Amino acid sequence: MLPTESQRIWMYRNMLISRYMEERIETIYMEGKKPVFNMANGPIPGEMHLSNGQEPCAVGVCAHLEAEDIVTATHRPHHIAVAKGVNLKKMMAEIFGKKTGLSGGRGGHMHLFDSTVNFACSGIIAQGMGPAVGAALSRKLQNKSGVAVAYIGEGAANQGAFHETLNLASVWNLPVIFVIEDNNWGISVSKSASTAVAKNSVRAASYNMPGIHIEDNCPDVIFSETKKAIERARNGGGPSLIEIKTSRLAGHFMGDAEGYRPKGEKEQLIKEDPLPIYRQKLIDANIITIDNDSALVEETQKLVEQAITFARESEYAKPEEAMLHVFA
Amino acid sequence: MSATKKLTIARAMAESLAQEMRADPKVFVMGEDIAQLGGVFGNTRGLFDEFGGERVRDTPISETAFIGAGVGAAMDGMRPVVELMFVDFFGVCFDAIYNMMAKNIYFSGGNSHVPMVIMASTGAGYSDGGQHSQCLYGTFAHLPGMKVVAPSNAYDAKGLMTAAIRDNSPVIYLFHKGLQGMGWLGNEPAAINQVPEENYVLEIGKAKTAVEGADISIISIGIGVHHALKAALELEKKNISVEVIDLRSLVPLDREHIIASVKKTGRLLVVDEDYHSFGVSGEIIASVTEHDHKILKTPPCRITFPDIPIPFTRPMEQWALPSTEKIINVCVTMMENK
Ligand SMILES: Cc1ncc(C[n+]2csc(CCOP(=O)(O)OP(=O)(O)O)c2C)c(N)n1
Repeated sequence: MLPTESQRIWMYRNMLISRYMEERIETIYMEGKKPVFNMANGPIPGEMHLSNGQEPCAVGVCAHLEAEDIVTATHRPHHIAVAKGVNLKKMMAEIFGKKTGLSGGRGGHMHLFDSTVNFACSGIIAQGMGPAVGAALSRKLQNKSGVAVAYIGEGAANQGAFHETLNLASVWNLPVIFVIEDNNWGISVSKSASTAVAKNSVRAASYNMPGIHIEDNCPDVIFSETKKAIERARNGGGPSLIEIKTSRLAGHFMGDAEGYRPKGEKEQLIKEDPLPIYRQKLIDANIITIDNDSALVEETQKLVEQAITFARESEYAKPEEAMLHVFA
Repeated sequence: MSATKKLTIARAMAESLAQEMRADPKVFVMGEDIAQLGGVFGNTRGLFDEFGGERVRDTPISETAFIGAGVGAAMDGMRPVVELMFVDFFGVCFDAIYNMMAKNIYFSGGNSHVPMVIMASTGAGYSDGGQHSQCLYGTFAHLPGMKVVAPSNAYDAKGLMTAAIRDNSPVIYLFHKGLQGMGWLGNEPAAINQVPEENYVLEIGKAKTAVEGADISIISIGIGVHHALKAALELEKKNISVEVIDLRSLVPLDREHIIASVKKTGRLLVVDEDYHSFGVSGEIIASVTEHDHKILKTPPCRITFPDIPIPFTRPMEQWALPSTEKIINVCVTMMENK
């Protein structure tokens, strides 16, 4: 089933926010890191994993979700956080390590937690899956509504936790959806070099759940294909596994020389950038016009700029506040 | 004397690996991104080109599988060197490490050997957050059956790697990201030093006096040694003479060397980037006081990471980490405290 007009605009709008936010992060991240690139320096230090190219996976699935639904994401979380409705200002402040950030700067970009929209992420591969299963179990035990979505990369499908959590979710018939964002690379190692099957969706058969493979990095297709899985979970039908072919337009993290990519790959991926393609699709379908697209772009950029200003102008917490919040 | 050249720790590790692989066909390397990429931290650079994909193997992100496989291959006569990219990731594969790798020699009554090396990066200081910044020295050292080493400079890195590969027992080889000489993780010039081209072994379990002194013994490992050496220079200006001991190995721990130094100075300061409680710093202090508490003129001190997850944001992280400044302050206080 195709998304409605307003759903399509919602998806496009969130893609715009995520993309612009990352473009800005990319620039700000390099402040203080030139001419010598040292991760420790600049207003945004540490590792930085960008998600541009993968926005359709975030919006196509999250368009079906409410704040009460649970999402666990990975080390590459921005696009999903945006689509799940994580507070933009607090997220940006967290990425800058400021007191006003989601955790006051304790977590950082790989550890964004927003309990108001049930969003969490982890930097350890596949380890978000267990908590997603547990949240689904909790809803079932409490007889409460809501489903859980665990996002992982294709590289995570070779981790023990992947197989254990799929089995557990199936045996206990839990309302959880596992979404694999297949960008073909686990740092420098390609999917075919590391994975025994071409499509991870076939692994669903081992755990007696539907396995869905989505070839198209397009929000509409992802929306339509994932709808059934999410409804199934909501209606007590149990878990599903979904794999989406997507693309990582940037390096694994900032500073990655990307020497492992075959020649021409990057150029091809940029040609297939899902954002301008979707924009054109919406224009062709008369859902947006060139004029109101510009207005939308302007409006979303303003939101991001406001978040950046908020983050920049916020204070750091006092260093000794590091001692707070170890225990509840 | 063979020729020497100036190397980073990363290159010294890779050189030892290459030389051991040339000498012994049983040595092979596996881990994530260690083949064409040469390791995220550069310590396997060049190996894939020389030895090919059979002996330099990129793995799936399946630590339980490939570290467990390392144990089996080692017991079957190979000498695997396995990379765990960040020591923090031990959580997904610890059973293979501490219940198998570390215990199988004992369970076999010494009939089996486990000649295996796990090399893993450690360390904070560049805002990588609480799952990519730990040292966990004490975690590995606590559990019997694994040797644990952590070099502070390229010379030691090469000799310890060669010793680790040739050892018939499992060795955890922990290298600090801040010392690796990768640039993008900062640089510690003193970690880059002259390394003999010829291969050599540095005995595991032997500490080294990095600088001699009369007033305070600073015991440290890895990056802490560099903080201590810098502090020693500053303290000299204040007429405080500091002795710096680079442990190099945690298991076996060179207690004799530590005790001999403290006997001489009468004062003990441990500098450890690992968590404060239940770890290396407590063990060292206990070893000295257990031997003879009367050799101490002042209560022993330690500068460690507080018992909190490592915070991302720079001000909090830097506040929590051991530093040269903290060492200077503690040493001054120790000398006042007569
Ligand atoms: C258990 C574990 N092993 C290794 C890593 C190091 N690591 C971080 S991201 C990554 C690649 C992940 O690939 P994939 O799951 O496909 O996600 P992508 O980076 O493509 O988004 C690796 C190996 C880790 N974080 N956790």
